Amino acid sequence: MKLRALLPLIGFLALVVLLAYGLTNDPKKIPSPLIGKAAPQFELPTVLRPGKKISNKDFQGKVALFNVWASWCGACRDEHPILVKYARQHKTTIYGLNYKDQRSEAIRWLKVFGNPYIASAYDVIGNTGIDWGVYGVPETFLVDKKGIIRFKQIGPITEKILYKEIHPLIQKLEKES
Amino acid sequence: MIPELGHFALILALCLAIAQAFFPLAGAQLNKTRWMAVAKPAARGQFIFLLISFVCLTTSFIQNDFSVIYVAKNSNSLLPIQYQISAVWGSHEGSLLLWALILGIWTLAVTLFSRHLPQAMVARVLGVMGLISIGFMLFMLFTSNPFDRLLPAAAEGRDLNPLLQDFGLIIHPPMLYMGYVGFSVAFSFAIAALLGGQLDSAWARWSRPWTTMAWCFLTVGIALGSWWAYYELGWGGWWFWDPVENASFMPWLIGTALMHSLAVTEKRGSFKSWTVMLAILAFSLSLLGTFLVRSGVVTSVHAFASDPTRGVFILAFLAVVIGGSLLLYAFKAGNIKSAGRFSLLSRETLLLTNNIILVVVCATVLLGTLYPLVLDAMGAGKISVGTPYFNFMFSILMLPLVFLLALGPLSRWKKQSLSGLFDSVKILFAVSILSGIASYFILGTISWPVAMVIALFTWIVGSSFLNLYKRVQNKPDKLAALSTVSLSFYGMFFAHIGVAVFMMGVTFTSHYSEEKDIRMKPGDTLDLAGYSFQFKGAKEVMGPNYRAQEGTIVISQGNQELTTLKPQKRLYLVQRSPMTEAAIDPSLSRDLFIAMGEPLGKGEWSIRIQYKPLIRWIWLGTLIMAFGGLLALSDKRYRTKRKNSETQVNPA
Repeated sequence: MKLRALLPLIGFLALVVLLAYGLTNDPKKIPSPLIGKAAPQFELPTVLRPGKKISNKDFQGKVALFNVWASWCGACRDEHPILVKYARQHKTTIYGLNYKDQRSEAIRWLKVFGNPYIASAYDVIGNTGIDWGVYGVPETFLVDKKGIIRFKQIGPITEKILYKEIHPLIQKLEKES
Repeated sequence: MIPELGHFALILALCLAIAQAFFPLAGAQLNKTRWMAVAKPAARGQFIFLLISFVCLTTSFIQNDFSVIYVAKNSNSLLPIQYQISAVWGSHEGSLLLWALILGIWTLAVTLFSRHLPQAMVARVLGVMGLISIGFMLFMLFTSNPFDRLLPAAAEGRDLNPLLQDFGLIIHPPMLYMGYVGFSVAFSFAIAALLGGQLDSAWARWSRPWTTMAWCFLTVGIALGSWWAYYELGWGGWWFWDPVENASFMPWLIGTALMHSLAVTEKRGSFKSWTVMLAILAFSLSLLGTFLVRSGVVTSVHAFASDPTRGVFILAFLAVVIGGSLLLYAFKAGNIKSAGRFSLLSRETLLLTNNIILVVVCATVLLGTLYPLVLDAMGAGKISVGTPYFNFMFSILMLPLVFLLALGPLSRWKKQSLSGLFDSVKILFAVSILSGIASYFILGTISWPVAMVIALFTWIVGSSFLNLYKRVQNKPDKLAALSTVSLSFYGMFFAHIGVAVFMMGVTFTSHYSEEKDIRMKPGDTLDLAGYSFQFKGAKEVMGPNYRAQEGTIVISQGNQELTTLKPQKRLYLVQRSPMTEAAIDPSLSRDLFIAMGEPLGKGEWSIRIQYKPLIRWIWLGTLIMAFGGLLALSDKRYRTKRKNSETQVNPA
């Protein structure tokens, strides 16, 4: 037996370890260091109107969902209709952070798939994303009336997470003054 | 009662699969003819019980038996009958059953077309296929039983996902699975050959038609999926480098490499251990694809509802099947002697280059698909690599491949003189360059990639015809001699031209497409790419299980009215999900694609209008490739030569 002939097997075993890790590692279980802290500040132009600015001050006094999305992100396509439906049913404030995207593509996305956001911040460089500790797209933050981050969802929001976890939390936060 | 029958049939099929795996494999090792003789009847019996099981599930769907969980989740009494049938494979459990059934079909085919093969070889091939089948049936019975009951029964089903209520989705999964699972035959042949120590040109000759057949199905399956995504997902793209698309594309790339490498092994006796490796890889990647879709490791538009226990099971199965074969390879590959030396410039070298490029492309795609997972494992978090990476890497790597594609068939085995090759293609080379330059002026826009692709198109098509001409140039009646050229040559001829056609489609679509997202009120007209589109308004129409807003758009060119398109925005009533049903005016030279966006009030709509030149060439090209594969399969030499091989290769 030649050592060279073992190489494919070794490569494959490394792959199995990686996949096993992928299986056991539930991204939703990673606690965010930002939870319980004030939302990081930002000021960015909006996607639809480059002249208009949006900042974290727009969130103040409201319970707001802050959803990180991009037109190039496949998982966002899963998540998006759920947000659109939710925005239609409830009057929850939803803002978007359009992350490392092209403006024309982002605008088209909103036109084709619907726009659940009051406005989306256009973060083309990704600095705001870094400040917010964004791992990847999609991610969603729930910010309370005082501007404190109370919940973070890594990866797409599913109907189950939205209605079982996020929605009850929003209702609870709405009652806080 | 019927679901229980199906469940029971599945268990019986499993028992037969165990017999099919154990006795023939052991018999071949111990040289017991009677044990080996179990292979064929067990395989056929397994197929029959799988078929019964599948028919039972289908019956439950047609009878709207909502006491079966799987039916209740994926069907509805209002669902049209053709979709009730295709809903059988519309979700996880049923598509596994389809997978198992298709494996049964391939196994049956092996039992029918292996009369000329030595008994030990057949026994081993069927034994290995039995092992694979056991894995899938255990998976189904333990984690994903489609026959599980729901008590009390649901009054109504939750309906099939509206995206899947479409003709393309009726045939796309079966085709794709025929391809995926078809590679299990080549895989089993490779494992059988390793076990028996019989890696010779006879083995390559037996594997070739099976590989080509699976490749044809996979090609058509992928093309269908892409076509479906184009008209059904509503945004006019045709390939998204989505993890699940990649999962089907990787076995295709390796399968393509395998077909070429098998040719070398059969004709020249070289590349043996490489060919075995490719056969193992092609099927391993099919299994990996299944894992990626089912386990939820990588997020994707296609991923079925994921479940960690399923993921663990498939991963263990992967580890056993792939790990086991690679271990076997490690033990046996050292003894493989490749015959047939070849010099630096020869058809062997060119085919080796083809293989290396295809494997590198596949590795690139695999890396891009798993990269998010790797980063995640290193603590960097989940990210998406995205289309730019894939498009860039893919075009850079494929360009040399399509250039060499023209030279391979024109070169000799063993040794090709550089000057001879140069002499035969110099005129063609000049013509190709000229065609690129000419197109540069004709199309009027400065775009080097397009000019280059047009030159390559001329290069490939020209070389194919040049090669055909060479086959008949010394015959007195050249036209009549065309019919004496072998079908496998024509297979290559068409497959290569298919590549050229595909490439043109991709390039023109990505460079010259035009599109507008526009707000239109009834009576508004938009001019795009020389066509004018007039919006006449939208009205409500009812479908069997949906309600739709249907727009009417009249397309004219100059003063002449061309056609009227009626795109729809559908609301499926059970799942309350909106769907965009695009309307398309297709032709060979361009598609006009219209999709309804959102209603904006007062009869106004946001409408997306696209002009897509040569987009049909993308699928036409893939169909031509698959047609080439079919021609190669029909070559009569497989039948005659297989008979000859009986005397050469003794049943050990």
